[in-house]
Amino acid sequence: MNPLLKTKSGQKRLLLGNQAIVRGALEAGVAFVTCYPGTPSSEISDSFFELSNESNIYFEYSTNEKVALEVGAGAAGSGLRTLIVMKHVGVNVAADPLMTLAYVGVEGGTVVISADDPSLFSSQNEQDNRYYGKLSSLPILEPSSPEEAKDMIKDAFDISEVLKVPVIFRTTTRINHSRGVVTFGRMKKRVIQGKFVKNPGLKVTLPGVSRTLHKILVDKYARAFQMANGSPYNFIKGRGKLGIITNGISYAYVMDALSDLKLKNNVAVLRLGYTHPFPKKLVQRFLRNKEKVLVVEELEPYMEEEAKTAAQEAGLTIPIAGKSDKLFSRLFEFDPGMVRAKIAKYFSVKYKAPKPVKTSGLPEIPNRPPNLCPGCPHRSTFYSVKKIAGLDTVYPTDIGCYTLGFMPPLRMADFLLCMGSSISTACGISKATGRKTVGFIGDSTFFHSGMTGLVDAVHNKHNVLLIILDNGTTAMTGHQIHPGVDTSLIGRDKQQIKPESVVRGIGVKDVYAVKPRNLKKMQEAVKSAMAYEGVSVIISEEVCPLYAQRTGEFSKKMIFEVDQKKCKNKRDCLNLLACPAFYLEGDKVMINPDLCIGCAVCSQVCPEHAIRPVKLGEQS
Amino acid sequence: MKVTRIHITGVGGQGTLLATSLIGEAAMLAGLNVNISEVHGMAQRGGVVESAVIIGPALSTIISDGEADILLGFEPSESLRAANKCGSNTLVITNSHPFPPFTSAIGQGEYPDIEKALAQLEKRVKKLVALDADAYAHQAGSILSMNMVMLGALARHADLPIKADHAKKAIKKNTKKAFLKKNLKAFDLGYKH
Ligand code: SF4
Ligand code: SF4
Repeated sequence: MNPLLKTKSGQKRLLLGNQAIVRGALEAGVAFVTCYPGTPSSEISDSFFELSNESNIYFEYSTNEKVALEVGAGAAGSGLRTLIVMKHVGVNVAADPLMTLAYVGVEGGTVVISADDPSLFSSQNEQDNRYYGKLSSLPILEPSSPEEAKDMIKDAFDISEVLKVPVIFRTTTRINHSRGVVTFGRMKKRVIQGKFVKNPGLKVTLPGVSRTLHKILVDKYARAFQMANGSPYNFIKGRGKLGIITNGISYAYVMDALSDLKLKNNVAVLRLGYTHPFPKKLVQRFLRNKEKVLVVEELEPYMEEEAKTAAQEAGLTIPIAGKSDKLFSRLFEFDPGMVRAKIAKYFSVKYKAPKPVKTSGLPEIPNRPPNLCPGCPHRSTFYSVKKIAGLDTVYPTDIGCYTLGFMPPLRMADFLLCMGSSISTACGISKATGRKTVGFIGDSTFFHSGMTGLVDAVHNKHNVLLIILDNGTTAMTGHQIHPGVDTSLIGRDKQQIKPESVVRGIGVKDVYAVKPRNLKKMQEAVKSAMAYEGVSVIISEEVCPLYAQRTGEFSKKMIFEVDQKKCKNKRDCLNLLACPAFYLEGDKVMINPDLCIGCAVCSQVCPEHAIRPVKLGEQS
Repeated sequence: MKVTRIHITGVGGQGTLLATSLIGEAAMLAGLNVNISEVHGMAQRGGVVESAVIIGPALSTIISDGEADILLGFEPSESLRAANKCGSNTLVITNSHPFPPFTSAIGQGEYPDIEKALAQLEKRVKKLVALDADAYAHQAGSILSMNMVMLGALARHADLPIKADHAKKAIKKNTKKAFLKKNLKAFDLGYKH
């Protein structure tokens, strides 16, 4: 059984923040979990996917975050404890139902996880989702460590059930992907049978109903405000005339900095964990006997602005600082040394920063950007499309492994906003430029939000080619299932929906289903589609080899090598295809036998036919 | 007790994250407080994968420039790239076996002369231990055990209250039976280096 499920109360384990969140939700008796996977939240969903097989918890990877929130809202409205998991930009997708779920409220405790990504480790922006609290009037909780995340999410369910609104649980990558020692607590009994009590006068959001509901929400907000002011998650450490207000992972940096600077007895720290509604009364009390206060928070000056408002209302004129050219940036995540230096500076403490070794004279190291795997079918698709549709065609792309088609020498990515934007932006570009525009989208992303764009393309008669890179999994975020996946391979019983049937159902006439490793066939399809005036779709069908190796569908039997006698060193393989299994030994192109998976694509690219298969273990 | 900060760097697929959590487990077994940070997601597609283990009375999970007590590098050019994490008092333990990035194969930047570069770095830090962890891993039976060789080298050279026994216990707890012998052998080879 999964250790998160079976481990007894009182035990200590080293857990990833995301695992701690799962354990906390289990201890809270969560019964219903929905999500759309996205870094840095994915391990939460993946754990529940595993757990749902060995417990009576309902779990689904939903089609997208809006659907996840709505499915969750249905369960929550029927009284079940519900967890809804997504990354920060996923909340944008779910924002429409979220804003009104705040009005309608919930019966069972409901927590929406927003996993923010300061520094954009794996995201298209670094928006600060604490502002969703203000926008929706919903409470926000933010942990400072994996251990606290476990306890806090448990309480988040209780808070939600008391207030009868969903609670937003905001993490950042450094919480999700940090590991710390977590003490397991007791599991609450899980209630899995719900009951929907009809009350249309308060649950059907006609304008007249919603006028009442908004008033109810404002009352709930007032209660939440009282709770925040007295919350044990908003606490003060230390005392002194100097003050720091901080939250999340920054709290760790602040506390370490105060020990390093020997300031523990001079600076009082107000750590906020229940950050929305902003605990203004508590903050005013904190500010009252201070001479100077620093606000340490990543990204936007949410607490800083609130604290300044609170000070103004209390008639306090002490300096409160946070974001500025000289102090903290609104960009990217913080680090302990930087926070230490800023604290020393703001409170005028003598401090000499540790000196990194000099790197002058050390050689420059070539970049190592992430790249499509050796043998990745996306690479063959990009190669063929580029060869036929050329460099003048514009290529909007989408979110997934294939975004890495951006990398040279492929350079097959020209425009990207968000999940599903490939097809719709292609429509606009094609109309504006008068040329057939080619969008790339993955299978999971197509189901997430590409379908609606395709309906637009067909209905409005746009001149676009959409290439659906169907690799049978959600590869980027860790190979999750999605509606197009044949789940019988992993012993799950879900209905598979083929992208092709959707595409035809939407009314696309010019449809091709092609195996991308057959370069000739793929290039014929692209040629034909580019000549067609209107909406074309090519479904490039080849399973992700990394995933196929994991499920046992694929195992490597042969690899390819370069016949050095035949090779004329034209290097099309390197310059046009660029599979990362290639390397140069002096002047010679070689294939790394450990990396090659034997996909045979390079052998079709080589004009000299110098790349040939060899059985594994028989290479020269 | 003082705080020990270990910065770990390598390439996606080299098993740095497993090694990272094993150091954490070993520290726990030794009764020490430990915090770890990892990088998941996009970087794992063949990019640089960095992680950190912080042992002792601290809350932070990442390490700032110049503040690593130990730099554990699974690939020599990555150790050099992370040199800014080191100060004059840092212990560097690095695999000496190159795994050049693809960019150097397509002519975007040249892979450095590792021996020369490591010799230069050695002069600027407290101590530098370089070992061919790939060769030891092959000797142990599988290149996949390279991370265990590095763990062995860490257990040997780092001034930590973590004993080889703690590390081996953590390995045993987290390795599938089929790999256990190879992993322990790889650990020993790294330890004896
Ligand atoms: S994980 Fe799969 S889809 Fe993603 S780059 Fe690797 S082979 Fe391609
Ligand atoms: S066959 Fe060629 S393209 Fe395919 S993985 Fe091997 S080296 Fe790369």
